[in-house]
Amino acid sequence: MMAEHTVKAFDAEITSLRGLIAEMGGLAEMAINESIQALAKGSLSMAEAVIARDARLDKLEAEVDRLAIRIIALRAPVADDLREVIAALKIAGILERIGDYAKNIAKRVSRIEERTRFEPLTLIPAMAEMAADMVHDVMTAYAARDAALAVEVIERDAKVDAFYDSIFRNMVSFMVENPSTITSAAHLLFVARNIERIGDHATNVAEQVYFAATAEYLADRTERPMN
Amino acid sequence: MRESLSPWSSLILPLVALLLLWTGGTGFIMLAITALLWGLSLFFLWWRLTDVQEPASVERKPNPAEQERALRHAIESALEPVASALLITTRQRILFANAAAREALGGHIVGQDPRIALRHPDAFNLLEAPESDQGAVSATIPGLTRSGSLWQLTRYTVAQGQWIIEAKDRTSEADISRAHTDFVANASHELRTPLSSIIGYVETLADAEGAMEPAITNRFLGTVLREAKRMQSLLIDLMSLSQLEAEKHDAPTAEIELGALIARVVAEFAPPPGCAARVELERGETPFPVTGDVKQIEQVVRNLIDNALKYADADKLVSVALTADARGMAKLTVQDRGPGIAADHLPHLTRRFYRTDPGRSRAAGGTGLGLAIVKHIVERHRGKLDIASTVGVGTTVTIALPILVKKA
Repeated sequence: MMAEHTVKAFDAEITSLRGLIAEMGGLAEMAINESIQALAKGSLSMAEAVIARDARLDKLEAEVDRLAIRIIALRAPVADDLREVIAALKIAGILERIGDYAKNIAKRVSRIEERTRFEPLTLIPAMAEMAADMVHDVMTAYAARDAALAVEVIERDAKVDAFYDSIFRNMVSFMVENPSTITSAAHLLFVARNIERIGDHATNVAEQVYFAATAEYLADRTERPMN
Repeated sequence: MRESLSPWSSLILPLVALLLLWTGGTGFIMLAITALLWGLSLFFLWWRLTDVQEPASVERKPNPAEQERALRHAIESALEPVASALLITTRQRILFANAAAREALGGHIVGQDPRIALRHPDAFNLLEAPESDQGAVSATIPGLTRSGSLWQLTRYTVAQGQWIIEAKDRTSEADISRAHTDFVANASHELRTPLSSIIGYVETLADAEGAMEPAITNRFLGTVLREAKRMQSLLIDLMSLSQLEAEKHDAPTAEIELGALIARVVAEFAPPPGCAARVELERGETPFPVTGDVKQIEQVVRNLIDNALKYADADKLVSVALTADARGMAKLTVQDRGPGIAADHLPHLTRRFYRTDPGRSRAAGGTGLGLAIVKHIVERHRGKLDIASTVGVGTTVTIALPILVKKA
């Protein structure tokens, strides 16, 4: 819990900024879950809802920008307040990107054919659940200013990456065996890639949460070798 | 607040009036004021004295802010131990979260924007919903605390812009309905397997139009008969399970003698003449009166002995024993000397359609429901079921039922 400020309005603005970020996090998480559900069920209406709702995330990001700049301009925050505002600015950008990945997944729903016979489709939801859980938990870490939970989320990214690798291999061999489904499989490969990126972005949020909470930067992670 | 004033404090007013008179206040106005004060004080004294039986305390006029704080404190300490998660919040800030809410959503949420605690967009819509006359608005939120969780949020309006939000965990109920769906899926799968082999064999027989060797025809017909019987026993088991579900909350009332009942069931397993008996019964002479449903207890014993015979080697003996323990429970144990069950399977044995080895169970004609039925019956009889097993040694199933104490 942070100390109260003499100027009550400052407190209210910081609280409201954090509320906006939390709202963005909730929207991003829901976008991931629903785009994957739409993909698994082949529900075009659900996919369209995800695409339409992304506008709200963009609007919120702009709102965060405005409020953060206003706070910096009017209150000239220092120390933990400054970190809070800067982290909020960056996290808003990242969450907006996560929303874009989910939107991209939703856009691919209509392109995948013969879904019932499409075996690689069964792996995607399990991977997406891991990524969505990372986003959920990193937002909990943000809400609680919990640096330890943030570190734990970062460590979980390796599992999503490993999952991606196995889906990649699986998909390539599937494409070799079933050349007729190559278009659908290629789309699914991009879906898996998007989910993997969502996991990476969740770790980026976690780094910001860690920085805002402790004033220290996490040591740079060694980049994973590309496929 | 009548009760917080002492009746004698009203004597202050006449004293003031006396003082006024005494300090030499003269003239009509002074007289009028004095009279008024006397009147007032007499009225006040009467008003107080009509109410003296109530406990009295020091008179103090609480200021509104203090009053509000005291009220808030009272409300909060009343809400604190409530089992369901409660938040008092405005659109901007969570003012209070009770213990259950802090447990579910984290202690950090107090003083934060409500969106920090309730991040799901549907929860946000609930916060934004206009205040109606009915007061309560409700929404079901998936994944509020963790993936797979399901919460029902209800917003009650306390005052303009101040709400109590109640969060009820519906996860387990969602699990139950999921389990129900699973059950229907499993049951139809179990029925479909024998059905498809019946259809397959009958189709082959029909296609051959009588041109098939009698030996093969007979083998096919035997398979059809066996599969049809399997479906029949599965249906019987499903029916008794659903009946058990329906009456699981009303305890049985009839008095039965457990010893005689068990002896009767064991006799059903008597070997054909010339073969060695495979079930041995060991029981004392004392009667074991229990409250129970004869048919159901018979089914329990039959299922257990059946299992023991089915899964143990054909030349091994199954021991059935009935004893009384120190706490007034009749204990029925059915012990086989079979291969035993690995420890990680033990917790799941009473689940419907759970099989440690699906192939062998079906070959033995099991429906996958036997132990589920046993468990339900034992629970309905307020008894206990315990399964102990050592791999390579055998399995012992123990059922404990309370012995009926005869009132003198």
